[in-house]
Amino acid sequence: MNLMMLLEMAADGFGDRVALGPSDGGLTYRDLYDSAGAASVRFRADGGSHVAMADLSSAALPVSLFGAAWAGLPFVPLNYRLTDDELAALASRISPAIIIVDPDSPDRLTGIDGIGLLSRRSLMDLVDGADPPEPEWDMTGEGTAIELFTSGTTGEPKAAVLRHRHLVSYVLGSVEFMGAHEDEAALVSVPPYHVAGIAAILSNVYAGRRVVQLPTFDAHDWVTLVRAESVTSAMVVPTMLTRIVEVLDAEGPDGPGLQTLRSLSYGGGRMPSPTIQRALELLPTTAFVNAYGLTETSSTVALLGPDEHREAMASADPVVRARLGSAGRPLPTIQVTIRDDIGDEVAVGQPGEIWVRGEQVSGEYRGSAPRLTADGWFPTHDGGWMDADGFLHVTGRIDDVIVKGGQNVSPGEIEEVLVCHPAVADAAAIGLPDRQWGERIIAAVVLHPGASASSDELRDAVRDRLRSNRTPDHVEFVGSLPYNDTGKLLRRVLRSDLAHLGDGSTG
Amino acid sequence: MPSLKPGSRFTSSVCTTQVIVVKGAGEVDLRCGGAPMLAAGAAADGGLPAEGASGGTLMGKRYVDQDETVEVLCTKPGDGSLGIGDALLDLKEAKPLPASD
Repeated sequence: MNLMMLLEMAADGFGDRVALGPSDGGLTYRDLYDSAGAASVRFRADGGSHVAMADLSSAALPVSLFGAAWAGLPFVPLNYRLTDDELAALASRISPAIIIVDPDSPDRLTGIDGIGLLSRRSLMDLVDGADPPEPEWDMTGEGTAIELFTSGTTGEPKAAVLRHRHLVSYVLGSVEFMGAHEDEAALVSVPPYHVAGIAAILSNVYAGRRVVQLPTFDAHDWVTLVRAESVTSAMVVPTMLTRIVEVLDAEGPDGPGLQTLRSLSYGGGRMPSPTIQRALELLPTTAFVNAYGLTETSSTVALLGPDEHREAMASADPVVRARLGSAGRPLPTIQVTIRDDIGDEVAVGQPGEIWVRGEQVSGEYRGSAPRLTADGWFPTHDGGWMDADGFLHVTGRIDDVIVKGGQNVSPGEIEEVLVCHPAVADAAAIGLPDRQWGERIIAAVVLHPGASASSDELRDAVRDRLRSNRTPDHVEFVGSLPYNDTGKLLRRVLRSDLAHLGDGSTG
Repeated sequence: MPSLKPGSRFTSSVCTTQVIVVKGAGEVDLRCGGAPMLAAGAAADGGLPAEGASGGTLMGKRYVDQDETVEVLCTKPGDGSLGIGDALLDLKEAKPLPASD
């Protein structure tokens, strides 16, 4: 098992199809295979232990990803948005290595011991028209294909290890070879250092679906590119969809819509229900897919399919309706259980921690033993529950749970009620120290421009919908909430910004 | 008899079929077109798929034995059918999933 095996099959099966870029003049699967081979020669000659990339999405991404696989070296997409010091610290941890860099900022990683730099442009020049070496790569599947540094919301970033066998299992189990029609194109706007950015390359290569990249997300550019490139499918994180919905809404009911977009998948965070409901209305012929997964699980482990979206949207049954906010059902190759804090399974409908098992699940970090149990189960640190029909509801990171008066409160359910209020654009609930209750619930709320709502009105809205211990003790109106660039709410930053609203006790 | 392990490649001796082992280990009488498969790179013997084992293979499809202890992925199609001993492998039918990437 090797990622190269997927590209080799694509080049053999449909080598003349365009893999990347415009339908006229883009890189074909045969070109991509040859380029990966040429890149592997360059990477091996370098003698390092890793191939990394600190750059935006471009054709150099699949060339480096597959070239590293061919060379038998782990590929490490680095977050180019980090500060120079943070980036240098990560680079030192993978030294000796060759790092593909943005030609526009060539000086960022200079002078680090063992680190060689290769600009994206030089890489593409040297692979252009070069003959690939004889195919030869490790097929045991045990080699590391990808190391992805986690966003490090707590402590030093950890490097999640995904071996070839994990990623190949994911692709074989979830993608049909050449399953895409020749006219299909996928728009990728998540960056390379997000697991979805890697999965997008692998899945679309195996499916034979042309990839169009949007290196820096902007909702106007995204909509323009869908129309210009006749994009048929795309993956977005929730914050992206919120912006896209705003752009489409601004075009009014007579706007051109997104006629070619057959499928839109989203994941990577909690989707506010007003956003998804509005998106379903604006794009009545698009199939929506909610995908749930983690870096450590090689991307998607559960998904809510198109029919389930429309069914939930149309249903009067509150259980079915609630599935619009669910992650759907586990992939056929994945098992999911919900367990309590001592690791015992809980009853259907009861909340607990989400555990997953399957061949794509790595649960491994560089420099430490895999976090899988002896029988292969991985505790995700995500909280959730499963309904009687097997629909998985994800409530958020367990570490984010607010403990008030000994009761566990999920921020997600409070946030969901708040964002459904017509005046509210965005909301986050956090716990801050409270001498009497352990934690008090603080809701940080962003109002729509020009809209108004009182603190009491919003607290009443929560009290009407949820048990009384969920009612925020305080509502703080803020201009915006802190997100990272892949749409993840930075609760740690928010807790620190609003620390003055706690009473300073330490429990 | 071929010795299987995940990732090992085999080629048909009677047609153009090539496979990669996805699951399965140890000595297995893996055949294509009724004839034992060869380690990748070995020269084909020639000949034709046997009657009853000539349904052909499809590129990118996975084939499994009855109890799913052996699974192979077809990386080059051909005219022979895959089997273990005289028992033909089944095409592994996977319900297509909506694209999530």
